[in-house]
Amino acid sequence: MFPIVEARFLAPDVKLFRLSSSRIAKKRQAGQFVIIRLHEDGERIPLTIAGSADDGTITLIVQGIGKTTKLLNRLEAGDAILDVVGPLGQASEVELFGTVVVIGGGVGTAIAYPTAVALHQAGNRVIGILGARNRDLLILEKEMGAVCDQLIVTTDDGSYGRHGLVTTALAEVIAAEKVDRVLAIGPVPMMRAVAEVTRPLGIKTIVSLNSIMVDGTGMCGGCRVLVAGAAKFACVDGPEFDAHEVDFTVLQQRNAMYRDAEAESLRTFLADPEKDLDRVRTSCQLHEVTP
Amino acid sequence: MTNPYSPKERMKLPRLPMPERDPAVRGHDFGEVNLGFEPDVAREESLRCLECAKPTCNHGCPVGVKVKEFVALIEAGDYLAAAAKIREDNALPAVTGRVCPQEDQCEGACLLGKRGKPLAIGHLERFVADWEREAGVVGLPVNAPATGKKVAIVGSGPAGLAAAGDLIQRGHEVRVFEALHEIGGVLLYGIPEFRLPKEIVRQDVDGLRRMGVQFETNVVVGKTVTLDELMGEEGYDAVFVATGAGLPRFLGIPGEHLCGVYSANEFLTRVNLMKAYRFPESDEPVYDCRDKVVAVVGGGNTALDSIRTALRLGAREAFLIYRRSAGEMPARAEEVHHAKDEGIQFLTLTNPVELLGDDRARLRAARCVKMELGDPDASGRRQSTPIPGSEFEVPLDVIIIAVGTGANPIIQSTTPDLQTNRRGYIAADPETLRTSKPGVFAGGDIVTGAATVILAMGAGRKAARSMHEYLVSGAWEGAAAGNGGLRVLG
Repeated sequence: MFPIVEARFLAPDVKLFRLSSSRIAKKRQAGQFVIIRLHEDGERIPLTIAGSADDGTITLIVQGIGKTTKLLNRLEAGDAILDVVGPLGQASEVELFGTVVVIGGGVGTAIAYPTAVALHQAGNRVIGILGARNRDLLILEKEMGAVCDQLIVTTDDGSYGRHGLVTTALAEVIAAEKVDRVLAIGPVPMMRAVAEVTRPLGIKTIVSLNSIMVDGTGMCGGCRVLVAGAAKFACVDGPEFDAHEVDFTVLQQRNAMYRDAEAESLRTFLADPEKDLDRVRTSCQLHEVTP
Repeated sequence: MTNPYSPKERMKLPRLPMPERDPAVRGHDFGEVNLGFEPDVAREESLRCLECAKPTCNHGCPVGVKVKEFVALIEAGDYLAAAAKIREDNALPAVTGRVCPQEDQCEGACLLGKRGKPLAIGHLERFVADWEREAGVVGLPVNAPATGKKVAIVGSGPAGLAAAGDLIQRGHEVRVFEALHEIGGVLLYGIPEFRLPKEIVRQDVDGLRRMGVQFETNVVVGKTVTLDELMGEEGYDAVFVATGAGLPRFLGIPGEHLCGVYSANEFLTRVNLMKAYRFPESDEPVYDCRDKVVAVVGGGNTALDSIRTALRLGAREAFLIYRRSAGEMPARAEEVHHAKDEGIQFLTLTNPVELLGDDRARLRAARCVKMELGDPDASGRRQSTPIPGSEFEVPLDVIIIAVGTGANPIIQSTTPDLQTNRRGYIAADPETLRTSKPGVFAGGDIVTGAATVILAMGAGRKAARSMHEYLVSGAWEGAAAGNGGLRVLG
């Protein structure tokens, strides 16, 4: 059982959690993730670790999209998460590359942020590009600003920063200076579009894949993605891969595999959210009695 | 009480059958297939035991259960003492009474079997465990005085739990680390509810907890904590690595990325551990099998577990595709018989060569080829080869790949001084289960490749004996060195 010590919204439906897990806090590196489960009948979902602190806490930033993330976002400090396991996956590759463009689309910014920190600490010139649908949905602008030599913000509706897409901003940066590496994390169409911008120029581009997982240890193979024509497990071989080798079509198709079930699950949850909140609290209480 | 029958009369008593639920009913739910013995039936069956002066049944058991002694306690009506007697050698009596291939083990060695049918040892073992559960009591053996030594066990499957049961009895402090959120390993995620109810696993785990074993879930050793950290700052004197065969094999044919293609590990984990058969009451979904055509590829127990699970999820038609003939199937005879009764169709001498999808990348068919058997190879098993021009399509909505597993590399990759063989399994001395790393032992599927629950438990017991010797003597000698210490099956 993992107590939540802090919970606050960063944007509508986007919530930051700090939770106690000394084992994970001690081991985690940028780019790694945890798998969580909220109650005895809950599903297991992966969430990237946004940070950790010396007090034995880790930070997760969660966008409420499906049933489990929306349920999680109703929890507050003082509640607990039943199961948290990690850190899983390979850490981001961090060395002195030169100039690195870090692109965060939507809540993908939370996943890109710890790697941006590490790249900055490794001495890279870091250029950040944050994309959001509108001003309200923009997150971590101040934090990213602190580790980026230059930060560009774009919004789809022009309500803040530049009006337009991250790819336009990226093309401008590339036209203006030599870029050695790009890290792009966000919705699949965004990552695919970034890959197409950098491919003709041969700029190494890394993406973090959000495929569907169960155990997160390479045991089930459900998260398999096609990379350079071969099946890779996002949970143990990834989650980061060379964007120019990823088959984004297969990723999108596999991510849509349970769309009907996910919709049904969300509908059932929203009809009676208290039922699941009760289950979260009961499971955690039971767990206190018999760990 | 003394046995009213003479040995000669006992030979003539019929073996009492295990009551099963009607295939037409059980094929549609996840309730258990076998129903278990009532006390009067169990006692009647126990009277068939010849009480051999030099019993052979216990030698047939990979963990050496004292069969004659526990059967005598059933005959005497002292079921709690019978349970304690079994638990001296077997930490999981409720489990093994259900999933062991007794016909090849204790019952295969039973003298009664020479003339007629062997004593129903498995059913009697199960009876004792069922009786405990219903009575709400646990027959526990007595632990030796505390030694002050700390042992970590990595993995809570059958090998880890068996080792835990022995090491706690020898007075050591034992903590079991599990990567998933619940204790039991393959017993929970792999073996389906209808063959091994999860409640039964919890019962045996609870028995171990009462014996003093500590458990910690959500720890992926190699990621959350390394072996070196366990033996360093966490102060463990010895570690047993029993992580199982946690890496699914695929066929390596085109189309395996399609939606509706599962590894058996994933399909079974979703349905068993995550209870997807109760969706949406449980959150984790599985591909909707209702009124669909489902096939499994493979001929082992896991293949049968997978396809019988699909049937229970509502599959209209359920096929088992196996490249050799029925005679070569490695699955247990009882499971094949259950599957046929339930309506599983067997496509033997058939192998998929390509999986075909629709425009949304959902599986629609498997292109298969007919196979023929050649001569036996070095292992004695007849190899199969494709018949040219025999390709045909099987329309399918879901396919489950159950062609075996490999070694999960997480621990090996974060423990540089832990030697592995060329297939990635941990190298361990076959007798002592010592690895190349002092204080670290390994056993079960992570050493041998995929085997059975009871063989893993046998490895767990062997490790416990060897670890106890090491903990008492403190001497690390004759450690496994590279290929010399390998045991790799098939």
